Amino acid sequence: MSDIETLENEISAAIDAATNESALDEVRVGAIGKKGKVSELMKTLGKMSPDERKVMGPALNGLKTRVNEAILVRKDALENQALEARLATEIIDVTLPVRSGPSNEGRLHPVSQVVDELTAIFADMGFAIAEGSDIETDYYNFTALNFPEGHPAREMHDTFFFPEKPDGSRKLLRTHTSPVQVHTMEAQEPPIRVIIPGRTYRCDSDQTHTPMFHQVEGLVIDKTTHIGHLKWVLEEFCKTFFEVDDIHMRFRPSFFPFTEPSMELDIGCSFKGNEIRIGEGDDWLEILGCGMVHPNVLRMSGLDPDVYQGFAFGVGIDRLAMLKYGMPDLRAFFDADIRWLKHYGFRPLDLPTLFGGLTS
Amino acid sequence: MKFTLSWLKDHLETSADLDEIVKTLTMVGLEVDSVVNPAEKLRTFKIAKVISAQKHPNADRLKVLAVDTGTGDPVQVVCGAPNARAGLVGVFGKPGDYVPGIDLTLSVGNIRDVESFGMMCSERELELSDEHDGIIDLPEDAPVGETYADYAGLNDPIIEIGLTPNRPDCTGVYGIARDLAAAGLGELKENRPEPIDGTFPCPTKVRLEFGDTAPLCPAFGLRLVRGVKNGPSPKWLQQRLIAIDLRPINLLVDITNYITFDRGRPLHVFDAAKVQGDLVVRRGQTGETLVALDDKEYSVDEDVCVIADDNGLESLAGIMGGAASGCDENTVDVLIESALWDPLNIAHTGRRLGVGSDARYRFERGVDPAFMLPGIEQATKMVLELGGGTPSEISLVGKVPEPEMIIHFPLSEIKRLVGLEVYPTEAKVILSRLGFWVSGSTEDVKVAVPTWRPDIHGKADLVEEIMRIVGVDKVPVTPLPREQHIGQKVLTQGQIRRNKARRALAVRGLDEAVTWSFISKIQADLFGGGSAELALANPISTDMSDMRPSLIPGLVMASQRNADRAHADVALFEVGQVFASDETDGQQMLATGLRRGTAVLTGPGRHWSGNSEDVSAFDAKADALSVLEAIGVNVNNLQVSRDAPAWFHPGRSGTLKLGPKNTLAVFGELHPKVLRDLQVKSAIAVFEVFLDAIPEPRRKGSRTRGVLNIADLMSVRRDFAFLLDRSMDVDKLVKAAKGADKSVIDSVTVFDIYEGAGVAEDKKSVAIDVVIQPRTKTLTDEEIDAISVKVIAAVEKVTGGQLRK
Repeated sequence: MSDIETLENEISAAIDAATNESALDEVRVGAIGKKGKVSELMKTLGKMSPDERKVMGPALNGLKTRVNEAILVRKDALENQALEARLATEIIDVTLPVRSGPSNEGRLHPVSQVVDELTAIFADMGFAIAEGSDIETDYYNFTALNFPEGHPAREMHDTFFFPEKPDGSRKLLRTHTSPVQVHTMEAQEPPIRVIIPGRTYRCDSDQTHTPMFHQVEGLVIDKTTHIGHLKWVLEEFCKTFFEVDDIHMRFRPSFFPFTEPSMELDIGCSFKGNEIRIGEGDDWLEILGCGMVHPNVLRMSGLDPDVYQGFAFGVGIDRLAMLKYGMPDLRAFFDADIRWLKHYGFRPLDLPTLFGGLTS
Repeated sequence: MKFTLSWLKDHLETSADLDEIVKTLTMVGLEVDSVVNPAEKLRTFKIAKVISAQKHPNADRLKVLAVDTGTGDPVQVVCGAPNARAGLVGVFGKPGDYVPGIDLTLSVGNIRDVESFGMMCSERELELSDEHDGIIDLPEDAPVGETYADYAGLNDPIIEIGLTPNRPDCTGVYGIARDLAAAGLGELKENRPEPIDGTFPCPTKVRLEFGDTAPLCPAFGLRLVRGVKNGPSPKWLQQRLIAIDLRPINLLVDITNYITFDRGRPLHVFDAAKVQGDLVVRRGQTGETLVALDDKEYSVDEDVCVIADDNGLESLAGIMGGAASGCDENTVDVLIESALWDPLNIAHTGRRLGVGSDARYRFERGVDPAFMLPGIEQATKMVLELGGGTPSEISLVGKVPEPEMIIHFPLSEIKRLVGLEVYPTEAKVILSRLGFWVSGSTEDVKVAVPTWRPDIHGKADLVEEIMRIVGVDKVPVTPLPREQHIGQKVLTQGQIRRNKARRALAVRGLDEAVTWSFISKIQADLFGGGSAELALANPISTDMSDMRPSLIPGLVMASQRNADRAHADVALFEVGQVFASDETDGQQMLATGLRRGTAVLTGPGRHWSGNSEDVSAFDAKADALSVLEAIGVNVNNLQVSRDAPAWFHPGRSGTLKLGPKNTLAVFGELHPKVLRDLQVKSAIAVFEVFLDAIPEPRRKGSRTRGVLNIADLMSVRRDFAFLLDRSMDVDKLVKAAKGADKSVIDSVTVFDIYEGAGVAEDKKSVAIDVVIQPRTKTLTDEEIDAISVKVIAAVEKVTGGQLRK
């Protein structure tokens, strides 16, 4: 018995002394390998008397099992040690900056984003989106919109013209999106509900005017729509667009050749330094013109003004963007200054919706 | 249009205060732009009397004054005005007062060793006039110590309204008063000028000579007043003119200006002594010129209406008189003209000659014909009262038109167009107060339009009149009924494509720019544009003269501006219109992008993980393909060819086509000559996707995606390398390999291109990875080898290359 005990102590010491997996394996082979000390002892069992074997058998088997376990435990510990040692060398500087990737870099222009916002709002009210071309005829830009020939109202539009053609006519760059009203009424039977975003042009340039700018026009034509509805649509639009619960609005009678009655809409705001806050304060800010489509315009578009009626409104998209997002200078919209685009632009995955909010 | 509160009250009997008047003006459509009380800025200035004036001990031109300001001991003031003298009553500003005319807040001064405790002011210093020859010299009985502004009647707020072009009646204070009276703010005073009998016939004859041409002057009235004493007009008149930014000239001129603003009735006065012979109203003749009252010379022709005498032209009719026959302080006999002119002709002439005036402003909008003669009477009355003289009879030629506009007006139109309930009696009262004649006792009335409202043509105009007087704020807000309960798809295919293109490009790191639709002629020419029909006749500058044929030049210039600001590596795109002709279908929508410097997909510039290389045609190709893919084009069906337009680098550009003719996109590096002409020195890769060229997708009846067919068997990969001619398109190799056995070859990837040692000089080695996907059973080695043989044979046949061994 004491021989076995001695052997076990000897093996245990060797296991503990093994500092790596190969040393441990040597111990294993020396103890329980084919020619290991324990295995050799077990081979002597056959020559023993039954009584001796009865004692030595279990003793040797027990020894083998314990040695095996001890080796496994030690092996596990050595593996852990080795991993720790490896990990200790595998250190990177996680503070190093990474490239953020293109989808975090690209930006949409505020004009595009605002058009998407307008689309979300008006689509919910059943408006489709109509468009027209930038180069127009005098007829659609003025005459069909009830601008009398030579009237000062034409002059106020600072029109860009193209060269006169042999037949005396000349095309022009549309000064407003209103020509598309006429195209729409000519092409489509009422009821009509459309908004018309697009580029417009006037030969005028200073801090608040650029020779090109963006407008959105609204048009509703049916047999019942009146100014009460116009007020509701614009009120809902302003509240939703500016994302405020309540908004002070003031409609003022005004004049546009293509609407009668005509009005301008002011919204309540406050001026704090360079900042305009919509939805608070006692100041007024003019934001758009609107009115009932003029009987002459209906008539020229092929509709009977005693049967059909409706309203139109027009507002500057760039101006809406400036009011909502606080850009101070209109000219910067068209300069493509990367610093401006990164600051005022929108991430491509920020799609404005009513269900997720126009701005997130 | 400017006027003062007291001027308004000449015509409006009202108890309303300024605030109420201002609010009402805006709410009836006469939007108030500003209200300024000139007394406000002069509140602190008091009337003071100079007790003594001594010569300054150290300066010849200065005086030391003792001034009684009405508040105890006299104050010492140093003054340089030549008219400063003992006994003068003037206007005193004390230390702390702000003097608007010299933009200075007074403090205790020390002028050449004498202290000065304030200032005696000139009119210019108080912004009362340009007078600066001396300090203000008031009558001796002016009350010392009182506020000067109150004494001088300056406490009269100036109201400015932004007048819409449809309201000529409100180019006169009287018309504004009428609107306010209609809105319930008081009573309009009658104030109709009484006719004055002339004592002799007007000696100057007038002839309207238009021959066969369209007459430009329907009626012309003229009256001579003899023996007038002209000179400065009275203080009250001058003050009113100054308040509305007009410069007082002399009594006769000031009277015409006054009536222009009082009644919206422009008049003209000639010095009768300077008029030779009869006055002829006619069309001008080419070669004739006139120096007008603004001292500028104008050339006229037969489209311009003029008034001439034996000396030649005397007036640009209805716009501005001539300098030669104008009235000055020596005028004794004055001819007063009141006429009517063709509004279109006035507008046209004014625009062509570039001359604006208060008369033109009114005549082109349309003045009240019925006030033509009352206008001359009102002027005569003022001349006689303020300058004396004897009036002639009025000589009238032509015929004053009597426009008669009767509108059939069912009052139900108000409710129909506005949604507002107005009692018939209220509607009728409003119209009557505005000067309309309403007849008929039912709710279906006839309305006669007054002569001063040329803007009223029909029912809708009357509805507006009633709405603006009742108040737009009274219109009840009414929800627009929903046409369907759930919103429908409203965007067109084109709009959806543009939106997808925008967001796809932004996701690839490009920033969206919006650049001008017009570019310079040079740029338009470089990119295939520049035709005469697309050049603006009146461009704002030479940089913005031609409609753009391409979005590339705008983006290149934008990238250059950024480079000039030290942001050289930019990636920009624009989704917008280009113009091939001036017809509607000449306008097309493009998505165009540009990468500059090292602005590649992963980001520009140097980085510890690896520096970015200069952009190349392949960056642009990848962008173009992702736009097409985002829009729904199957890019595997596209053909790549080398026929990009001339502004691309011929060897580093390509087109993406669907079929042989339909080009969906072009991409590449720009031609070095184009870069040179645009003065850009940097790597630039661009692409253009022609959004309108992409065919409409076929409409599918169902939204199902088809059955998903995934093989459970392991795929096998085989690598091949081929030696090809260097000029051979790798695309052909890939297509040949793919087509070798379509039933099992899933994909072909090019993973290496090699030229150099070990490969003949005119050859390149192209290595591909072929994925073979068994469908029904595992392939045997023999079967796989057979597929390999097919691949090799197909590639060698199509490309003329050889398997590299």
